[in-house]
Amino acid sequence: METSQAGMGNTVMCLLTDPEGTNLGSAMYIPQTAGPLQLTQLVNRFLNNEEMLPYSFYVSDEELLVPVGTYLEKNNVSVEKVLTIVYQQQAVFRIRPVNRCSQTIAGHAEAVLCVSFSPDGKQLASGSGDTTVRLWDLNTETPLFTCKGHRNWVLSIAWSPDGKHLVSGSKSGEICCWNPKKGELDGNPLTGHKKWITGISWEPVHLSSPCRRFVTSSKDGDARIWDVTLKKTLICLSGHTLAVTCVKWGGDGIIYTGSQDCTIKMWETTQGKLIRELKGHGHWVNSLALSTEYVLRTGAFDHTGRQYPPNEEMKKALERYNQTKGDSPERLVSGSDDFTMFLWEPSVSKQPKKRLTGHQQLVNHVYFSPDGKWIASASFDISVRLWNGVTGQFVTAFRGHVGPVYQVSWSADSRLLLSGSKDSTLKIWEIRTKTLKQDLPGHADEVFAVDWSPDGEKVVSGGKDKVLKLWKG
Amino acid sequence: MDVALTTKSSIGIKGKMIAKKNYKEKALMKKTLKMHEESLSRRKADEDVQEGAVPAYLLDRENTSRAKVLSNTIKQKRKERVGKWEVPLPKVRPVAEDEMFRVIRSGKRKTKQWKRMVTKATFVGPGFTRKPPKYERFIRPSGLRFTKAHVTHPELRCTFCLEIIGIKKNPNGPMYTSLGVMTRGTIIEVNVSELGLVTPAGKVVWGKYAQVTNNPENDGCINAVLLV
Repeated sequence: METSQAGMGNTVMCLLTDPEGTNLGSAMYIPQTAGPLQLTQLVNRFLNNEEMLPYSFYVSDEELLVPVGTYLEKNNVSVEKVLTIVYQQQAVFRIRPVNRCSQTIAGHAEAVLCVSFSPDGKQLASGSGDTTVRLWDLNTETPLFTCKGHRNWVLSIAWSPDGKHLVSGSKSGEICCWNPKKGELDGNPLTGHKKWITGISWEPVHLSSPCRRFVTSSKDGDARIWDVTLKKTLICLSGHTLAVTCVKWGGDGIIYTGSQDCTIKMWETTQGKLIRELKGHGHWVNSLALSTEYVLRTGAFDHTGRQYPPNEEMKKALERYNQTKGDSPERLVSGSDDFTMFLWEPSVSKQPKKRLTGHQQLVNHVYFSPDGKWIASASFDISVRLWNGVTGQFVTAFRGHVGPVYQVSWSADSRLLLSGSKDSTLKIWEIRTKTLKQDLPGHADEVFAVDWSPDGEKVVSGGKDKVLKLWKG
Repeated sequence: MDVALTTKSSIGIKGKMIAKKNYKEKALMKKTLKMHEESLSRRKADEDVQEGAVPAYLLDRENTSRAKVLSNTIKQKRKERVGKWEVPLPKVRPVAEDEMFRVIRSGKRKTKQWKRMVTKATFVGPGFTRKPPKYERFIRPSGLRFTKAHVTHPELRCTFCLEIIGIKKNPNGPMYTSLGVMTRGTIIEVNVSELGLVTPAGKVVWGKYAQVTNNPENDGCINAVLLV
């Protein structure tokens, strides 16, 4: 024991590489007492960063949290081989975890079905079973407007990425556009779908500014592209044989629709033609997520909270999109009733990149982290699973809920994950330590919808008990 | 013969009868015509807003009925403070000792009669070990030992097969409670973790009381109703 330690010396040969594989300098000797902090300083120096950016380090897909020497001893890695350490930049800002309910706002007369923060995080809208959409004031935490206009339950709402329009879809198949500043219906409800609306997605700001087009999916099997200023259907994307459960507008201008007929279809947006069909699932496709989804949702707004004039918005949004996307193609993950998920690279190939198995019940919601590095999946088997966002490798399962987990939401810095479940609790999980960070009980009944504001300050949750709860750090 | 002529010309009771019959036919004809008219015209179905709103991802799924969250802890606390349990079966038929126990004769000449065998269903618990046979006074046969009970939730009307944790109280006396005898009316504690109940404070509920509603020694199973 003693001799082997003496023989080790106190340096080890390391090679720093970035996630894509390019080496940062050549292999060098690093003292074994070097930990993540010292490695961060090294990387910043080599990259000539003006400010100290935070990095996290991974050795063979496991995060390095202790000094290098301790890691070597624990895993019995030979000192003679070159140790490859992959560095990944983390978000510059850090979101504080929420831990208390700052306000319970009543107002809805029926269960709250969907909640959404505006992309700048300053406004909050919720749709409910009492057919109204309500806007809430975040400064005073009180109701602001009650928007009446739907004839049946409001099933989904979506803010445009520039924050100027709010669109909601109901169980009777109609879509209402609202003016969020005044809380009034903008024009007449848009009809066209014959059955209930399952999802709404806006066109990204970097493709067209100001925001005009959005796509909706419905149980009747087709998706429609609408124009919010012309107030009519532009194109109807029909092709699915059963209900379309989710729709996403990708950053490269392709619309992805997942359906109960077990397929995912890709459509191009100028003429509404089918580009590709992604087959593989054995049962309904419940949820889709894109690696750049968070950036597309927030548009030109980032954690600094700056407002941009309309012509600059498009440039800033494009900049943010390219930064998140990097050099690799956009990735898509789909969660299904067949208990598995598929990771696709739709622009590259028709075949899935990886099949993510492990859940023991249907997967209800999948969500990429804002930086695209992790995938979180919520399932009816009461667990939330974390997967590597690039390779699809399983990382860990978060257990703690006692009822089916309905929805997940990420904090803007990708360090915290929020999950809401049928057992009426919300739980916050920390990604770095892979454990439960905070338990948020308080709802009297099932939690149907959760959202974390893009500025990271507040969390909102709504459910069957008809109240909206705002949580703060 | 011309129907109209006969109808017009008949008088008296005959006329009245014919008129009545014709009227009935006319009314029936009018009704069928209206019915046909209705199906021809297309009306938009009036969609009523139903109760029990669920989000889009739950719409096509049949929700299995589940136990509701404990939202009335205040009521529970008040009940506990009063000290009385509101139970579904407040009064039960008392069980006499000679019905509960059977005398077992022991000894070389079978004259000693101090041993008793329990004739009703019992619960012993997982860590149970018999006393040395020479000294045990009460014998609980393994055939009458039960670990699970069929517990019904009174509001949801659905039954679960749950593990018994322990016997809380047997109305026939504290001796039977300590022996673990389950007769009709006994309060038992069952493991409800599979129901996924959560208190408003966020803690998971894993044990609840239930009252036995049948005679387990006659049926071979324990049926109970959950006390919520």
